[in-house]
Amino acid sequence: MVDASARSCGQSCRRAARVGATAPRRRGQAKPTPAQHQPRPTTLHPGAWWLWSLSLGIAATRTTNPLLLTLLIVTSAYVVAARRPHTPWARSYSAFVKLALAVLLIRLTFAVTLGSPLPGTHTLVTLPEVPLPDWAQGIRLGGKVTAETLTFAFYDGLKLATLLICVGAANALASPTRLLKSLPGALYEMGVAVVVALTFAPNLIADVQRLRAARRLRGRPDSGLRGLLQVGLPVLEGALERSVALAAAMDARGYGRTADVPPHVRRTTTTLTLGGLLGVCAGTYGLLTAEGGTYGIPVLLAGVTAALAGLRLGGRRTPRTRYRPDLWGARAWLVTASGAAVAAALAIAAVRDPAALHPTVIPLTAPTFPLYPAAAILLGLLPAFVTPPPEEPS
Amino acid sequence: MIRFEDVSVTYDGATEPTVQGIDFEVPEGELVLLVGPSGTGKSTILNSVSGLVPHFTGGTLRGRVTVAGRDTRTHKPRELADVVGTVGQDPISHFVTDTVEDELAYGMESLGLPPDVMRRRVEETLDLLGLTDLRARPISTLSGGQQQRVAIGSVLTPHPQALILDEPTSALDPAAAEEVLAVLQRLVHDLGTTILMAEHRLERVIQYADQIALLPAQREPLRLGTPAEIMAESPVYPPVVDLGRMAGWSPLPLTVRDARRRASGLRQRLAQAAGSRAAGAARVGAAAPRKRGQATPAPAQPPRRWFRKPTSATPPPSPHAAEVQALTIHRTPTRALTSITLTLTPGETLALMGRNGAGKSTLLNTLVGLIPPTSGTVRTGGAVPHRTPPRDLIRHVGLVPQEPRDLLYADTVAAECAAADADASAAPGTCRTLLTDLLPGMTDVPDDTHPRDLSEGQRLALALAVVLTARPPLLLLDEPTRGLDYAAKARLATALKNLAAEGHAIVLATHDVELAAEIADRVVLLADGEIIADGPAADVVVASPSFAPQVSKILAPQKWLTVAQVKDALGSSGRS
Repeated sequence: MVDASARSCGQSCRRAARVGATAPRRRGQAKPTPAQHQPRPTTLHPGAWWLWSLSLGIAATRTTNPLLLTLLIVTSAYVVAARRPHTPWARSYSAFVKLALAVLLIRLTFAVTLGSPLPGTHTLVTLPEVPLPDWAQGIRLGGKVTAETLTFAFYDGLKLATLLICVGAANALASPTRLLKSLPGALYEMGVAVVVALTFAPNLIADVQRLRAARRLRGRPDSGLRGLLQVGLPVLEGALERSVALAAAMDARGYGRTADVPPHVRRTTTTLTLGGLLGVCAGTYGLLTAEGGTYGIPVLLAGVTAALAGLRLGGRRTPRTRYRPDLWGARAWLVTASGAAVAAALAIAAVRDPAALHPTVIPLTAPTFPLYPAAAILLGLLPAFVTPPPEEPS
Repeated sequence: MIRFEDVSVTYDGATEPTVQGIDFEVPEGELVLLVGPSGTGKSTILNSVSGLVPHFTGGTLRGRVTVAGRDTRTHKPRELADVVGTVGQDPISHFVTDTVEDELAYGMESLGLPPDVMRRRVEETLDLLGLTDLRARPISTLSGGQQQRVAIGSVLTPHPQALILDEPTSALDPAAAEEVLAVLQRLVHDLGTTILMAEHRLERVIQYADQIALLPAQREPLRLGTPAEIMAESPVYPPVVDLGRMAGWSPLPLTVRDARRRASGLRQRLAQAAGSRAAGAARVGAAAPRKRGQATPAPAQPPRRWFRKPTSATPPPSPHAAEVQALTIHRTPTRALTSITLTLTPGETLALMGRNGAGKSTLLNTLVGLIPPTSGTVRTGGAVPHRTPPRDLIRHVGLVPQEPRDLLYADTVAAECAAADADASAAPGTCRTLLTDLLPGMTDVPDDTHPRDLSEGQRLALALAVVLTARPPLLLLDEPTRGLDYAAKARLATALKNLAAEGHAIVLATHDVELAAEIADRVVLLADGEIIADGPAADVVVASPSFAPQVSKILAPQKWLTVAQVKDALGSSGRS
């Protein structure tokens, strides 16, 4: 393997020189500085975006104050609007927003129809109650709908919706595919499998649309459940065929090439990985049981260390290198820090001032606007100013 | 560089080998073109170079295939990745990552090249293929020609010594195809890359080939020779060779330029032949009176051609097969139509041409109601397509989509035909009869064949029969000749001519200038969603350098489009 690559490089260098000679004019402008990992000018490490978004999500779980939650949504939406790249997957944000709205609506619908154990006094409307048999005691269908129940459901649903929108923001700002590029070498092949699985769904939807259109051409109705079911088999067939074609293409392009490693390295890798995983299991068990409190943490840590070392050693088996890896620079730190600050501030505020972050429903009171936590949330806007703007589409 | 030693391949479950006795060598730095009718095993040969046959497809390979000295029996495709680059028929199924730059780097990453080498090669390849402006673009937003260039670039970056291409230009418009072929020629000339390529559209590629490997028929031995030698006897040949054979030129010209230098005599004879009968545009009409008659009406016909009584069994309620008025469609900014006005009369064949992404498919989809118009009106035989229930619509208009397979759901040909009869409430057996009419050879195909196992040409015929079962007066075809060999194309052309004679109005969106020249009365050129030319086929295609068929380029300034027309003219003048 080693000498093969050396040989191909020698040849390639000569060829490269010739390519250069054939296009001297344009090459000058795009001349790469050799041997430097230049991150792409307009991209931030995808991990930073994901950490920032998830931090905002964690912050959302610390409060039920609708004003603070709305502020969180607005903050993330502003950053997404200002910094999302012009790519098809960046459009997934609107899908997440719709999903969040649906979650909120479903939560409210449940609150109305199933009622709630909350002892509310402000009755808004009384629905006819469906009598249920004895064994379904504790479940109520219909009945009184109180303002307290609705408000509680709204707060709760909004929290969930905010969380979803934050995940959507992460998706829009940095596609999971890019995140997977940063996986360690030993996990890379698994990562590709995940990526292929991720592209499976959008392709499947495109296929369904195409085949339903084709049904119309055959003179059959193109809507309805039956139409969907009848195209099911051809769609799956098509998806399977495409997967096989992709697998063939990947194989022909060198996916899964392995380097020869000495047997002792291979054995050490296996021992470290397996031993590490065992350690993680034992450590977790220790942590969760009452009497294992003493050995739990050290065993867990040792297990994690061994497993990571195994992964690192396992990376030697894959000769892969990375093209322009995303670098974790000062901007990535700033973005992550701004997210972490929001999460930390809300976590502290939730302990210090629970009344403001969890407005009471009984008795029904208007939520107050806590100033310091709100100011802290605005820290989450930092990425919109410190990161470079997305490239204009050409 | 690539060496086949008495190779035969038998797939699992097949009783006979798909290819056998293949014995040839592709020398280093040459471009070898693999030609032959469909189903002779071209793709099998191509895929056995990269090791995908048999490592990936299964089956048994006898004999030996070596690439740069490596035996594919002992080397898996991934171990050949640094010497062979393979691009299949469909570039979409080739892409692993989602942006252009990452895709170019993917192969090198797998091979473990150092980052600085990767960086340099990506930049070089971007320049070589003219992709610099597209480097950060998501691949799904690129046009067909751009995608094909990215696919070629992605196998080029590991600097393979051999490149294997399966129909690299069949999905591309003439200009994009030339772009891709120019790149290939540059690779062969400047980098010494060895290329083995299969392509049905010989008129596009033959002048680039150093040698041609011909598979004359299934299980016949492969022959290798210079293009002129092989073309003298090949069952598949481009129009320029057809003309050369007819005129008895030797050695055979392979390019338009060579043919033009020889053609002065032929041009004179043609001018005399035409002059001896009638002058002017009637010449074209006389060569094929039935179909050219509508483009340039002969005096005997009524001047307003839509008053002609359509011969179809169910005359459409509207005098026009389709009317499109000021149609505008807003979709994504790249795919839109702007104020399209178009009228089609029964019996007319219209070819819709233009770049990839010019709006041809969008217009066809609008005519069948898959896309509602943003503004303007569309009527097909009196019906508004997007408001008509599908059951009624198929009696007005039928579309054979780009991938005819999308139309087919059933497990067998017989079931498919029965379903089509039921959908159209036609008499049982209608579809099957149509199918046999379209493709007489279909009687050999057993009724229980899965549509998937049909050849491209047979599948297209089946889809066409399914659509025609409802007897739509307007028939639309989207890119019908993709993947068809010359024989299948000729059968399709005959079938379409007969349908037009029966009174069907036909619209085809196509990149295939030869097909358009052969059957279209009228050509509409689209660019960026607007009609930029609309007129008789002879006038429109001859005026455009990229859409002109080979015969018209050779015989310009006379307006001849096909070899058949030339033959007719010479034959009839010889008799008189």
